[in-house]
Amino acid sequence: MIAEMKKPEEQEVSLGKKEGEEKFSEISSEMPKLLNHKEEKSMNKVQAKNVHCWYGDFHVLRDINMEIKQNTVTALIGPSGCGKSTFLRTFNRMNDLIEGFKLEGEVLIDNKDIFAKDVRVNELRKKVGMVFQKPNPFPKTIFENVAYGLRVNGVTHKKFIEETVERSLRQAALWDEVKDKLNKNALSLSGGQQQRLCIARAIAVEPSVVLMDEPASALDPISSAKIEDLIWELKPKYTILIVTHNMQQAARVSDKTAFFYLGDLVEYDDTKTIFTNPKKEQTQNYITGRFG
Amino acid sequence: MNLKERIIEGLLFLCAAVCVLTTVGIIAVLLFQTIEFFSEVPFSDFITDTQWTPLFADKHFGILPLLTGTLLTTLVALIIAIPLGLSIAIYLSEYASKQLRGYIKPMLEILASVPTVVYGFFALTVVTPLLQHIIPGLAGFNAISPGIVMGIMIVPFVSSLSEDAMYAVPNSMREASFALGASKFQTALKVIVPAASSGIMVSVILGFSRAVGETMIVALAAGQQPRLTLDPRVPIETITNYIVQVSMGDVPRASLEYKTIFAAGLTLFVITFVLNNISYFIRKKYRAQYE
Amino acid sequence: MNNERAKTLKDNIFKGWAIFATSVGMIMLAVLLIKIGMDGLHRISLDFFTALPSRKFEKAGILTAWAGTLWIMVTTALFAIPIGVGAGLYLEEYAKKSRWSSMLEINISNLAGVPSIIYGLLGLEVFVRFLHLGESILSGSLTLALLIMPIVIVSTREAIKTVPNTLREASYALGASKWQTVWMQVLPASAGGIMTGIILALSRAIGETAPLIVVGALTYVPFVPKSVFSSFTVLPIQIYNWASRPEAGFAVNAAAAIIVLMSITFLMNGSAVYLRNRWQKNVRW
Ligand SMILES: Nc1ncnc2c1ncn2[C@@H]1O[C@H](COP(=O)(O)OP(=O)(O)O)[C@@H](O)[C@H]1O
Ligand SMILES: [Mg+2]
Repeated sequence: MIAEMKKPEEQEVSLGKKEGEEKFSEISSEMPKLLNHKEEKSMNKVQAKNVHCWYGDFHVLRDINMEIKQNTVTALIGPSGCGKSTFLRTFNRMNDLIEGFKLEGEVLIDNKDIFAKDVRVNELRKKVGMVFQKPNPFPKTIFENVAYGLRVNGVTHKKFIEETVERSLRQAALWDEVKDKLNKNALSLSGGQQQRLCIARAIAVEPSVVLMDEPASALDPISSAKIEDLIWELKPKYTILIVTHNMQQAARVSDKTAFFYLGDLVEYDDTKTIFTNPKKEQTQNYITGRFG
Repeated sequence: MNLKERIIEGLLFLCAAVCVLTTVGIIAVLLFQTIEFFSEVPFSDFITDTQWTPLFADKHFGILPLLTGTLLTTLVALIIAIPLGLSIAIYLSEYASKQLRGYIKPMLEILASVPTVVYGFFALTVVTPLLQHIIPGLAGFNAISPGIVMGIMIVPFVSSLSEDAMYAVPNSMREASFALGASKFQTALKVIVPAASSGIMVSVILGFSRAVGETMIVALAAGQQPRLTLDPRVPIETITNYIVQVSMGDVPRASLEYKTIFAAGLTLFVITFVLNNISYFIRKKYRAQYE
Repeated sequence: MNNERAKTLKDNIFKGWAIFATSVGMIMLAVLLIKIGMDGLHRISLDFFTALPSRKFEKAGILTAWAGTLWIMVTTALFAIPIGVGAGLYLEEYAKKSRWSSMLEINISNLAGVPSIIYGLLGLEVFVRFLHLGESILSGSLTLALLIMPIVIVSTREAIKTVPNTLREASYALGASKWQTVWMQVLPASAGGIMTGIILALSRAIGETAPLIVVGALTYVPFVPKSVFSSFTVLPIQIYNWASRPEAGFAVNAAAAIIVLMSITFLMNGSAVYLRNRWQKNVRW
């Protein structure tokens, strides 16, 4: 409720605040690297180099280059069908499951090519969590949903699992709402709660990158605001990529914004720049709602 | 004009009513003869006597040996059909490409279309001799051989219904699981199978019901010796087999022997009726769940 | 990481096992076909089709058996098709969604699950005894008609469901009555699907043995049926009879008769699948 009421007039302010926070978080978590801080490159958590993607003959992404720093939030925006989801899903190789999908170029996480032969895709996916557009909890209990990632990755220690579940639910700002009904079916939760549960589920395996594909688009405004707050909370610990259709949301939560159009990365810059002073006309048109 | 329309609707209604009449007829016929049967044989004998010898001089009317015979062959069949059927379902729904599914499904359907008397012949002339090499002391007629063949016969029933249920599990479940680093097998076992459990249950129950009512395979390969045993290596007799045996002979109508096949038949009917209705209601509920 | 390796290993083991599971049925079918081919193929000749049954296996043939099967098939179809399709039409086009129609639905689903031998008991009491039709082709085919009725009804309904409502509305808009719409629009539009169901149902009936034994089909019939009131035998019963005899010569006869029976069922199933595929391709809505 409060979060929602704050929203409209605080947009400008929050952009400013974010700037500060970004620096703070970078300093705190990147301290060792900052000490010999000339190595710009090693700070790149996620990188795409000349990435092309195809579905069969359909060339969905053309020559995408992007560098994403650790503990930042990057928003991917653009009209639907422009390839945002496809791009997002290359980082945990989710597209591998689609017949006919092909990728060229390099995708690096922690300077390691994730498509290299020796990379185990399950291992990668543990490191790169994902939250989907529609909340998709498993038809299991709340507890088992969060514990799932640990269990499939071979964790059996009961105490550890319990602690992790609690911590993840707390981080996802859901603990207080569900702590008395951990053994209830997850499907009994509301849509917004389900989505926060999915976030808890994703961070329980301690990923360092979290991908979010329109995580709030299926939710009501209040739940949506809660998710946004949550993204703020998570930023110091994770590198977050978020696809969103909602311009205000992109402006509110992200440090950097990438604008995609018909398979091209048109513009990628600080969020503030994109929204106040975009270099390309297409970007300008899109964010002012002239198309899309 | 209006009259013609109404006559036609009336005729079509009668066609549909034939179904109801069939059900009524089945229940009436079975009940009527069974009640007559119980006017001569005490119900307590029927359910407690451990021998079934209506065709002998020393008559006993205990259904238990036929029941255990039926359950024994059914059990063997299910032990074969459930793991095979579910594995196939998981494979087709989670692993196989669309193209492969397109090839395998019709091939499995062929299995279900082979006349059961052919399977009976196969059990008797191929499977039993083969098993006799492996299992010492296996009689020429036994519960294992027809059970195994019956199991393979009902694999398509189990696999096709459970595959439908697994296939219907939304893809977002799979993606969520993979995104957490689960393998395909883990996803299938921990997410897909539980989510499809009601459909899987329906398929198993229908397979069960199918095996209980199967006749020709057991008639050819299980023997005709009603025997209260759980040993699958010896000749036994199932309910269906007994009905065939009596029908092949010349039993006069209105004799007690004649009535026994209806009492046995009613027992069989009740079992399958209960199973079918359980599966029907699970299916109804589960359909509602997905909508 | 060890856990990852274990996961991949399990995945691969399961894949191997599943491929095995899938092939078990195929292997059995292959062995079965080879077995009956080796045993029975050499026995098949013109004589085998034209000879009467005999106590000597070298002389025995399947004339009365296939003639009986043919008689049973035709008469079963005559009963099952109009009633089954009629009932399907009633349920899809006429019956209102009510307690009665949902009761009918449960009823049909139940009938589909009744063991075939129970239908035999029904036929024995109702057709053979009560209606005094005797142990005749008529009794046998009426019994089988009831047995396959659920299959015909269900496939009729499935086929009718694919007919779009716009077709009915177009017909009504031109002033057609309900029956005219059903007869001239709905039935032709769903004919392919209904035919497929009918063929599958009949191919099921051809292989049925137990209910016919119960209604009193004979195992030894030394003459070809002359009317629907004749006593009869059918191929599966002849097979059952031969297969249950101890002499090896009869097993050969059984294998040969199985070749004939399976050729018929495969042919029917094959044409049903062909029809279904063709029909589904033609459906354009
Ligand atoms: N599995 C697929 N097979 C073929 N084409 C696809 C598939 N998924 C998406 N596409 C196509 O690729 C394009 C980009 O899709 P997507 O990445 O989902 O866009 P966005 O998320 O930006 O809306 C769209 O034109 C879409 O139709
Ligand atoms: Mg998308």
